[in-house]
Amino acid sequence: MDALALARWQFAITTVYHFILVPLTIGLAPLVAGMQTAWVVTKNERWLRLTKFFGKLLLINFALGVATGLLQEFQFGMNWSEYSRFVGDIFGAPLAMESLAAFFVESTFLGLWIFGWDRLNKKVHLACAWAFSLATIVSAFFILAANSWMQHPVGATYNATTGRAEMVSIGKILTNNTLWAAFPHTVTAAFLVAGTFVCGVATWWMVRLVRTKKPHLVELARSTYRPAVILGACVMLVAGVGVILSGDAQGKIMYQQQPGKMSAAESLCEGQENASFSILTIGPWNPTCDELTRVIEVPGVASFLGTGHFSGPDSFLPGVNDVQKEMSAKFGATDSAGNPIQYTPPLAVSYWAFRLMIGLAVFSAALALWALWATRRGRMSDNTWLSRLGILAIPMPFLACSFGWIFTEVGRQPWVVAPNPTGIDEVRLLTERGVSTAVPAGVMLASMIVFTLLYLVLGVIWYRLIHRYAIEGVPEVHDESPEARAASGEDDSDRPLSFAY
Amino acid sequence: MDLSILWFVLVALLWTGYLVLEGFDFGVGMLLSLFPRGDREQRATERRVLINTIGPVWDGNEVWLITAGGATFAAFPEWYATLFSGFYIPLALILFALIVRVVAFEYRGKIASTAWARRFDVVLTASSWVPSVLWGVAFANLVRGVLLDEHHQYIGGFWALLNPFALLGGLTTLVLFLLHGSLFLALKTDGELRHRARRFAGWFGLAAIVVAGGWAVWAQVAFSVGWTWAAVAVAALGLVGVVLTNARGREGLAFILSAVTLVAAVVLIFGSMYPDVMPGLHGGPSLSIHAASSTHYTLTVMTWVAVFLTPVVIVYQSWTYWVFRRRLTTSDMPAPAGLAWKKVKDALGGHETPAVDPSELA
Repeated sequence: MDALALARWQFAITTVYHFILVPLTIGLAPLVAGMQTAWVVTKNERWLRLTKFFGKLLLINFALGVATGLLQEFQFGMNWSEYSRFVGDIFGAPLAMESLAAFFVESTFLGLWIFGWDRLNKKVHLACAWAFSLATIVSAFFILAANSWMQHPVGATYNATTGRAEMVSIGKILTNNTLWAAFPHTVTAAFLVAGTFVCGVATWWMVRLVRTKKPHLVELARSTYRPAVILGACVMLVAGVGVILSGDAQGKIMYQQQPGKMSAAESLCEGQENASFSILTIGPWNPTCDELTRVIEVPGVASFLGTGHFSGPDSFLPGVNDVQKEMSAKFGATDSAGNPIQYTPPLAVSYWAFRLMIGLAVFSAALALWALWATRRGRMSDNTWLSRLGILAIPMPFLACSFGWIFTEVGRQPWVVAPNPTGIDEVRLLTERGVSTAVPAGVMLASMIVFTLLYLVLGVIWYRLIHRYAIEGVPEVHDESPEARAASGEDDSDRPLSFAY
Repeated sequence: MDLSILWFVLVALLWTGYLVLEGFDFGVGMLLSLFPRGDREQRATERRVLINTIGPVWDGNEVWLITAGGATFAAFPEWYATLFSGFYIPLALILFALIVRVVAFEYRGKIASTAWARRFDVVLTASSWVPSVLWGVAFANLVRGVLLDEHHQYIGGFWALLNPFALLGGLTTLVLFLLHGSLFLALKTDGELRHRARRFAGWFGLAAIVVAGGWAVWAQVAFSVGWTWAAVAVAALGLVGVVLTNARGREGLAFILSAVTLVAAVVLIFGSMYPDVMPGLHGGPSLSIHAASSTHYTLTVMTWVAVFLTPVVIVYQSWTYWVFRRRLTTSDMPAPAGLAWKKVKDALGGHETPAVDPSELA
């Protein structure tokens, strides 16, 4: 493999991996903060138990997310130095803002939260939980601002002297409509992940405890796990609706901004009105347009999703071949080495990633509805099929998120900075032009192997710890806050720390 | 004022924050392998105390690096691109170390097994030694100058980075961080540990005077400009002051002087680089502040962001240190809260047998 392929593989591996961890953190942190709020407000111990239980799972996940995020920050310079030179004037700003406005808050207040149970009074400690939870969402905003600019550059101009893109309006970059479609979609998807996680784990526990038929365990299931099941299910439903609405808006925007991406997702070769939505299309691995066989399709739905019209001239969707023709005319049919440029992304990856992103959400929907039904009006369930569904559903939205990003990023190819179809045409960069030229392929290969192996090892540890802490169940708790200790009136100035690594 | 110069100073400031704060984190991490005394169990407990002196703050400290990286990207894209693609291998090693270090902190106490904690302590130690040396190597190379072509690409290769001056630079950060970490421990522990930390600081202080002093004079004479003699002098006075104040048990003052020394080191490094961000080797092609810089507009935006947010960051981070100001000893360590491995079928979870006996918590 050449340096370009290696750099792409390393980026794909490390980024997909990083984004397995990120949605759970973004979604679960506010849920844990919410549980802690419920404890502080209601003083009901079950919420403290749930806070500690899901808080531990959150921390195990948070740590690996932070660790793998380090590489993300520097990888642009290491493997993609020419990309960094081209976009740095614009792309660096949201990254720097992210660390100053969000990451500092996350890391500092997370430390306060972990170690501060007995140091800070309840309300301040709770505020720390909210601070790092909300900061994760702010973080997502700035990172998506950077990514959305690559999808759809705005607020920039091309400087022919330096050969770089330059920022002319930070306001336009932060109000990019691509960003304001991607941000709600990503955040609601993160809540879908976390809601499924909470509901799945709590459902498994509820069923398990009810089946013991021991009164105190059944009572624990009722008092503590059942509320978590309901909380998770409600979060899933609300987030699910949000994912659908924001995804629909994003799809329509993408048809205008990157038609090649969307027509590849629909395996639509020739532009047409009343375009069908393909349920199943088959073809060889990495097919060309002529090799596709559309097996099952629903007429008009692709047009409706892309344009809001089932039929008529407004429902016209461009096909892969149209995009190729148009872009070749606009940007040249061959690259500097004389090779033809393929202006649309790989069909199979785009098509399947898009369908898996949508299709895997079915598990969350099924779990949410069944769990709510099973817990209606004070009921609980001892149905092992429900608990199996709970466990099965947990990984699905993680995978859906991964496929969503694979679709977004693969679908942008061959561009790393896709051209804006309505202006500032010179601000665009082919992926092959972004790779570092100063780094030998052997070094990149070594780095890719080393980080992949490291991530595998860390992934195994992460999974085993999550699994171990999940099957431990909610811990025994007591109120360690300074005011509770003051109320008990003991002198405890030399008591051990409430928590230590 | 030219904003690119301001940002050169701001990037230096972010690196200062990083080296001063993460410097003692690395120092404490390295000391895990040198500091503990006694039998096996006692050493394990002392390691735990050491780790928890920085427990609540190391993560926030590390963000100074992320911010320095992000600010370099935003304000000096060419510098970011050339530096990180050019210094690829050292940077990859540093990142590897930092990644496993994060995980080691968070996971070491998760499983109730001495072997588990021991393994992560080894990881934590190693991942503190490696960046402590490599940051010095990297910065020393920037002081010395690097081989660039006309297109601002680094073409010197990996082995050229391991020249004697850079290696002494690596040794310099190593010793300075060990000193800084010892002083932090003297501030954050009590009893016998505190006295031992002072003794360590005394020895590392003397070593720092020799090693860091030698490197600073070399850097000054061979690669720098006249005015940075002031930084060399401040660093030297700082280190002598550290040794004197530490000998008298003035831990707070000694720690501040050690931080001043690190500040002076950054001033020397960035002062010698100016007006380049990557000076050329032996006067060859260089990358200047001007050539590396973003546009005036981007720098203006970033200046507003930095001016508003940096003071806020400093306020809440300082507050964290205040909240966790308590000195620690081995008796402050709570019972380990980790779990033992268990299979699903064997476990009804903690509901039948709690991991920690509730009576221990009370």
